[in-house]
Amino acid sequence: MSTAVDEDHILRVTGLNVTLQNQPVLEHVSFSVKKGTTLAVLGPNGAGKSVLFRVLLNLLPYEGKVEWIEKVKVGYVPQNVAVSDIPISVREFLSIGKNKCDPVAALSLVKLNDVKILDKRLGVLSGGELRRVLIAWALIDDPNILLLDEPTNGVDVGSEEPIFLMLDGIKKNSNMTILLITHDIHIVQEYSDYLLAINKCVTFLGKSSEIANMATQQVIYGEPVCVETLKSED
Amino acid sequence: MVLEKMALVGDALSHVALPGLAIGYLLNFNPYIGGFAFLFVSAVIIWYVQRITRISFEALVGASFTLALAVGIMIIPEIELVEALFGSITNVVIWDTIAAVIISIVSILLTRAIYKKLVLAMISEDLAISKGIDVAKTNLLYLFLVSVVVAIGIKIVGTLLVGFLVIVPAIAARTLSSNMFKYTLLSAVFGVVSAFSGILLTNYFPGVPPGPLVVFSGIAIFAVTIIINRAKKLTV
Repeated sequence: MSTAVDEDHILRVTGLNVTLQNQPVLEHVSFSVKKGTTLAVLGPNGAGKSVLFRVLLNLLPYEGKVEWIEKVKVGYVPQNVAVSDIPISVREFLSIGKNKCDPVAALSLVKLNDVKILDKRLGVLSGGELRRVLIAWALIDDPNILLLDEPTNGVDVGSEEPIFLMLDGIKKNSNMTILLITHDIHIVQEYSDYLLAINKCVTFLGKSSEIANMATQQVIYGEPVCVETLKSED
Repeated sequence: MVLEKMALVGDALSHVALPGLAIGYLLNFNPYIGGFAFLFVSAVIIWYVQRITRISFEALVGASFTLALAVGIMIIPEIELVEALFGSITNVVIWDTIAAVIISIVSILLTRAIYKKLVLAMISEDLAISKGIDVAKTNLLYLFLVSVVVAIGIKIVGTLLVGFLVIVPAIAARTLSSNMFKYTLLSAVFGVVSAFSGILLTNYFPGVPPGPLVVFSGIAIFAVTIIINRAKKLTV
């Protein structure tokens, strides 16, 4: 991972190739992310979305260039966490993120204002509460960018939208950059600025509003046709 | 080990100590040092093979413990076999006790040092690595600590039953705990109470080795925690 991005951008990925167990998972992926914007990553299951995030977090070997701004701080919310068997309270979990963490302030950021939740086990929280606690945990270190891997995984339909509204508020208040993996076209349209569709390679890169266009949807969900665009804001 | 969903790994791992104990008996040095050395070397090999092959810990420990058991039974002097398998509290001398106390304190301090890293890695390895935690090193140190604790326990309850000390106090504590502090504290208390009450029970059951009685005490505690849990309608 190197640090040589111009001042408008927080991340630039160029010619990214990832091979796992001798199978290509990502091929020639290039894009860049402008500071303070939300980039939605869309694609079918097995398209390499989570792999892309793992590369950005430096968890997997890759070929190509991943360039961040200097001193970038990344907050990450994984798709799956194993909390059902671990007797850990919300208060203890937040203290793992930061020693001198104010747990009440951390939870109020994600609109969880009932302090009783602090002494609940993570494993007994509702899907929506757990996701908010994970987001609070990711925000503890004041990151410049949040990577959210299906942030409403395990959340009932009615609780999804409030989570994205909350994230949108955080982004606007702190000029944070957000990268989020989602399967929901409505979320892409309403809560992201740019869309990166991948299916091993980049199949679409452009403004999220273009997802309403039938031709764009055909490109994303039809046979993958790779594009070689570099900048998401072009 | 219980939270890592490796309870049976902890149990099976204890049997790996047998060839080390046997070598100690044969070459006339403290067999528990041999037992610990075998445990730790095996744990490192299993950890390394698991990393490069992604075969499950359960499968690797299953293969290695049966091999170790076979080798140990072949080479251990017959007279020492019962003690190695079932332990012997009556042969514990003051120096064993002092060594156990010092090793326990060091183990507790080391566990405390890696505690947050360990818990985060249990919740999500990716999350831990993304925070700059070296999960592989943390797991290795953790296996070292498990090896140390198991080696100490072998002296009292033997290689066959020491897995109990790794598993049962922990699952009993988990049944009643809503946070990690309570869980850690109760695990330690239940382990100590099981060991002491089992040893005291030998006064009432002369001729019965303390190992099985320690196990019975621990299982009784576990049964009580289940009843309390049901009564309080806590979630397991």
